[in-house]
Amino acid sequence: MLNGPDQQAWSPSSRELERRNARRQISRKQITIAGISSVLVLGALYTLIITSPGWQVVKDTFFDLDYGREVLPTVLRGLVVNIQLSFIGGFFIAVIALSLALIRTTKSAALTPFRFLATAYVDIFRGAPLLLIILLVGFGVPALRVAGLTSNVIVLGTVAVVLTYSAYVAEVIRSGIMSIHPSQRAAARSLGLTSGQTMRFVVLPQAIKRVIPPLLNDFVSLLKDTGLVSILGVTDAVRAAQINASRTFNYTPYVVSAILFLLITIPLTRYIDRVIRRSSAKQNSEGAI
Amino acid sequence: MSNVLELVNVRKSFDNELVLNDLSLTVKEHTATVLIGASGSGKSTLLRCINLLETIDDGQIFLDGQEISDPLISVDEVRRRLGMVFQSFNLFPHKTVLENITLSPIKVHGIAPDQARDQAMVLLKRFDLADKADQYPDRLSGGQQQRVAIIRSLAVNPRVLLLDEITSALDPVLVNEVLSIVRDLKHDGMTMVLATHEMGFATQVADEVCFLESGMILERGSAEQVLKNPQNAKTKDFLKRVHEAGRL
Ligand SMILES: Nc1ncnc2c1ncn2[C@@H]1O[C@H](COP(=O)(O)OP(=O)(O)OP(=O)(O)O)[C@@H](O)[C@H]1O
Ligand SMILES: [Mg+2]
Repeated sequence: MLNGPDQQAWSPSSRELERRNARRQISRKQITIAGISSVLVLGALYTLIITSPGWQVVKDTFFDLDYGREVLPTVLRGLVVNIQLSFIGGFFIAVIALSLALIRTTKSAALTPFRFLATAYVDIFRGAPLLLIILLVGFGVPALRVAGLTSNVIVLGTVAVVLTYSAYVAEVIRSGIMSIHPSQRAAARSLGLTSGQTMRFVVLPQAIKRVIPPLLNDFVSLLKDTGLVSILGVTDAVRAAQINASRTFNYTPYVVSAILFLLITIPLTRYIDRVIRRSSAKQNSEGAI
Repeated sequence: MSNVLELVNVRKSFDNELVLNDLSLTVKEHTATVLIGASGSGKSTLLRCINLLETIDDGQIFLDGQEISDPLISVDEVRRRLGMVFQSFNLFPHKTVLENITLSPIKVHGIAPDQARDQAMVLLKRFDLADKADQYPDRLSGGQQQRVAIIRSLAVNPRVLLLDEITSALDPVLVNEVLSIVRDLKHDGMTMVLATHEMGFATQVADEVCFLESGMILERGSAEQVLKNPQNAKTKDFLKRVHEAGRL
């Protein structure tokens, strides 16, 4: 479309060439300024740290390269536990959260008690600190001594995380469902779709698409928060680092563990930012029509 | 000709505001009934009550002789026999044109997907939209979207088509392509109830024109009678205002 005969014959006017030249000069100047200021600030910071009286001690106990290399495999094995926990937990969270969100948004009379229970559930688990829930489930459930109930700390830790995150995610999905304009529902119902079909084919697909960015953010938080189950004695990355650190009184394993988490979460959040930007660009273009 | 729709003393209010006041209306098969009236006179509410999107406070509504205002009736089953087109199109943005049209035939009416698609393509071809079948609604112009919305409600062969100001969200240049579909449907003998501000169009398709004011039909009759030779002072006043706004 843009390659009509006029388009091909066009060459920029001298005024346009001047403008481009000016723009190039401005941007070159800005890059220079950014470079100089970065070197100055970072250099000052570096000198401040290096010349501080405690630097040598900090360097030996937190940034011991050889020791870091030594504990890396152990911490990495621990991190695999965190990742597994996130994915297995993520699956159950998705199922439970979706059910909670659907129960809370339905108007069906038969589900009234469930609606009440779902609301109470969300209030409790969204309101209490995750660490407390982990402690209560991790130490409380085995104390019940009910036959058949597990006392496996990994399972109990995961259950605690799933309980809490289901409440968060349910609210995100529910807000997505409520953000779909009632006219979509009216259109679906007037075509004869039942309320269940309307939810399944019209409302939910749009709602989920809308909440994918916040859900991805919650996944990053989940990945980090699985580190909290270490308090029950699960040998995840945090616990593995802790074991090593307390043995040698060298805290490098904590730094290793932190770096490993960052290696996953930073690329993930960058990716999420891109997803969000793309979806908001799309929504803006929809709004323009 | 049999009565397809019959409204008897229908009453509806929202938070103490009486919107439909003992309104009665009969719609015969193969006719087009046009509702005119000022903004807020209750046209949309009337259509939404027929479609059971609103519950009426009193009176009765009959569809093919069956009382659909009966609370024991299956709302979903009634809506299968009615088509409704909205002012704001309300296409499903996550579905293509074809998927929008075939959703109800497949899921509600149990038609095989292949067959539903074939039937949808016949309608799309007829209204010059076949090349848009796989597009998403946001890639279509307003006029095209509204035409798709009309086709979507036609795809289930409704007994009555309810059209609520289907052109008022459109650019003047797009209005005609939408209205021409309605003219075609009128020609086919589709039974329709439509709310509109397009008086010229009302004159062309209406078998009966009803002038609504504060939830009552103050004047009814042929387009010739109501639009050209109104008797009621309020109708005259309304038409005068429409005329001044340049819409007659
Ligand atoms: N869901 C609702 N809740 C409360 N009031 C409502 C609701 N729907 C409509 N109304 C009120 O009912 C009255 C009639 O509205 P309605 O939409 O039927 O008018 P209309 O004739 O279609 O007007 P327009 O030409 O602007 O579309 C208005 O005063 C409106 O404020
Ligand atoms: Mg209206």
